[in-house]
Amino acid sequence: MMDISGTNTSDAILTAKAGISAKRKAKIGALKGLMYFAAALTTVLLVGIIGYIFFRGVPHVTWNLLSTTPSLLTDNIGILPNILNTLYIIIIALVFALPIGVGTAVYLNEYATNKKLVRVIELATETLSGIPSIIYGLAGMLIFVQAMNMGTSILAGALTLAVMTLPIIIRTTQEALKTVPDSYREGALALGAGRWHMVRTVVLPSAMDGIVTGIILSIGRIVGESAALLYTAGMANEILTPLKSITPGNAGATLTVSLYMYAKERGQFDVAFAIAVILLIITFVINISAKLLGKKLKK
Amino acid sequence: MDGTVTLQKSRLKKQKSVENIFKTIFLIFGMFSIAFVIFISIFLIISGVPAITKIGFFKFMFGTKWASTAAKPSFGILPFILTSVYGTCGALLVSVPVGIFCAVYLAKMAPGPVAAAVREAVDLLAAIPSVVYGLFGMIIIVPSVRKLFNLPDGANLFSATVVLAIMVLPSIISESETALRAVPKEYEEGSLALGATYTETVFKVSLPAARSGVLTSVILGTGRAIGEAMAVMMVAGNVANMPGIFKSVRFLTTAVASEMSYSSGLQRQALFSIALVLFFFIIMINVVLRKLTSKGEVK
Amino acid sequence: MIFTEKRQGDFMSSVIETKDLNLWYGKHHALMDINMAVPKNQITALIGPSGCGKSTFLRTLNRMNDQIEGVRIEGEISLRGENIKNLDANVLRSRVGMVFQKANPFPMSIYDNIAYGPRILGVHKKKELDEIVETSLKQAAIWDECKDRLKTSALGMSGGQQQRLCIARALAVKPEVLLLDESTSALDPVSTSKIEDLLLELKKKYTIIMVTHNMQQAARIADRTAFFLLGELIEYDNTEKIFSHPADKRTEDYITGRFG
Repeated sequence: MMDISGTNTSDAILTAKAGISAKRKAKIGALKGLMYFAAALTTVLLVGIIGYIFFRGVPHVTWNLLSTTPSLLTDNIGILPNILNTLYIIIIALVFALPIGVGTAVYLNEYATNKKLVRVIELATETLSGIPSIIYGLAGMLIFVQAMNMGTSILAGALTLAVMTLPIIIRTTQEALKTVPDSYREGALALGAGRWHMVRTVVLPSAMDGIVTGIILSIGRIVGESAALLYTAGMANEILTPLKSITPGNAGATLTVSLYMYAKERGQFDVAFAIAVILLIITFVINISAKLLGKKLKK
Repeated sequence: MDGTVTLQKSRLKKQKSVENIFKTIFLIFGMFSIAFVIFISIFLIISGVPAITKIGFFKFMFGTKWASTAAKPSFGILPFILTSVYGTCGALLVSVPVGIFCAVYLAKMAPGPVAAAVREAVDLLAAIPSVVYGLFGMIIIVPSVRKLFNLPDGANLFSATVVLAIMVLPSIISESETALRAVPKEYEEGSLALGATYTETVFKVSLPAARSGVLTSVILGTGRAIGEAMAVMMVAGNVANMPGIFKSVRFLTTAVASEMSYSSGLQRQALFSIALVLFFFIIMINVVLRKLTSKGEVK
Repeated sequence: MIFTEKRQGDFMSSVIETKDLNLWYGKHHALMDINMAVPKNQITALIGPSGCGKSTFLRTLNRMNDQIEGVRIEGEISLRGENIKNLDANVLRSRVGMVFQKANPFPMSIYDNIAYGPRILGVHKKKELDEIVETSLKQAAIWDECKDRLKTSALGMSGGQQQRLCIARALAVKPEVLLLDESTSALDPVSTSKIEDLLLELKKKYTIIMVTHNMQQAARIADRTAFFLLGELIEYDNTEKIFSHPADKRTEDYITGRFG
């Protein structure tokens, strides 16, 4: 066999041709083992965490918990105010973030001609998405609570989260806009429609699924957020009317913040786990719906 | 005749002005992101700089003692900086290898349904709110660490690092997996044709080919770990010690959060300075990330 | 299949032999009863219109089709008398090297590209690797062009250089047979003729089987030529014979450009 290759064949190569060496097999086996281990660990972690939280929390998710307010007098614990506050914050934050986010994406994709400006806006968006929530919390406190005089309030918290979710909405909308074929645009423009008319009648409707995905992901982010709300929306547990929720000065804890308070400050772990269960369920629903929509988008 | 022409002209004029109005509106929306970044930076700088100048830059950054409420207060944040660095590195030490192996498994080895299931698990892990991780850490990890190492208290740097490792894992897995999937099939064929087994191919060709994406995932994970506040606050013990593996510690994030509610005067200003330092770290990470991703695009 | 008595005798020195080879992609019967003996130290060209099964056949020889789902193979392929089914696929591939249509150097340095195969096979000493890298690059006639930049990325080379690098990479594991799957189809004429010269040189030491779309190329450099059509081996003979007096009407139609 030596003459086949002609050169002075390395012994190692010749032996290798007899079969895969034990050392090589061991290496491959080790790599495979590590892979299986890593995948198993990840799955076990998830199953363990979720399983444990459900195990501890589900028995305490009661109608009374969901439908009442906490009272020190009767020793009752209820999270209705927190559920409402979470809803308020979602709605208010989206009312601000949605038009700005979609508008930014439309500007970047449909209007902008100045490449430098596009790059600066994209850089700003990326920067926003990299800022940790505790910094948002502080900035929100400085800007909305203090400088704009809103006090610790649902409104201030919601505005803070509006800024935080902005990059999500911009990104998903932009991605959706990119999938709208240029022929649609050309078709509309060829009919003599103005750019705005084209955007309104052709581009935005085709990008609707992407925008909805952005909304869902934003809701997920808002529901899970806590650090940005501690010092902006505050920790109060009273029921607020919708009107009060948009009036400066009315503080309120969301589900996450109340979980933190019950666990860390008051040691009420049963309540904390019950809230965790609710948060997990919301998270699942959001994850699944975002995924289903994403699949629809790809079609 | 003249009448219809003027009518058309005025309609055109009207259309044009509507166009311009919307163009301006979208431009304004686009500027919001830039404005927010500038606002956040300015407010953090204005609030953060005074304390640093009062305390002295070196004393502040490299002072090893933080006693903000003592009779003779001392504001050194080296303990927080080091804790954040150690905690982040420790978390990455575990989650980077586990994450990469898991990503390789998902992208290259796992049979369809298994990959789909594990991927689902990873997405859910990424979506779980940080307070839920914190709660899990408080109830499971902290007591286990206490028992396992026979400590008086399990709320310490080690527990926080474990929680961070779990939280960072999903972002490393999903980013790396995306990068691995993008590796051209031709590379793998080339390696197989040389006699390498599939496992060897995946680790020696695919993984190196995906290195910039994998690196991106690590940087993203770093950002997430350094910015995490709530989960860490629930498990790290929150005493301003110089870091030790089983010492109760404060991270940069938790240093800000834990004193904010009752702070005043120089102490409050110093908290903003800590936030400024954290913000600076995050911006640095973003810059590195941007460099990396733009390099990836050139290829 | 057309054989003359005399050619049957050539089987003695054949390196690869197939016997009643059949292959299905799912329900599609892609190769039908292929019987072929590939002689040692010669260039054998596989020609035929696209989709005729010639690339599939080539990839069966080093079991690259194993990777594809839904492929079913019947019949026998032997490498020096040994049924390749009984060989480990990876070992087989280190004995039967392959160069692809599109040059596919790994995204690493030139040196690491060449050293990749030997390292996999267990060569780790720097001196040995250096030597293998040098001989392989020399054999592929590309040493002079890249000896000063072995540590630079292989992706910085031109298309023709990349393809010769891939040949060098295949040679580095000392194969017995070299398979080329339309390896010059993406290259300019100058690079193509460089590679053709190289193959004529290499056949002294290796057995070469190449799939080509380019009939002139087959006529120029192949010793033997096989014509495939719709999964069948129509005719297999000495190249001059195929191109001057094809025995089958379909072969004649093809080489005179009446279809394909």
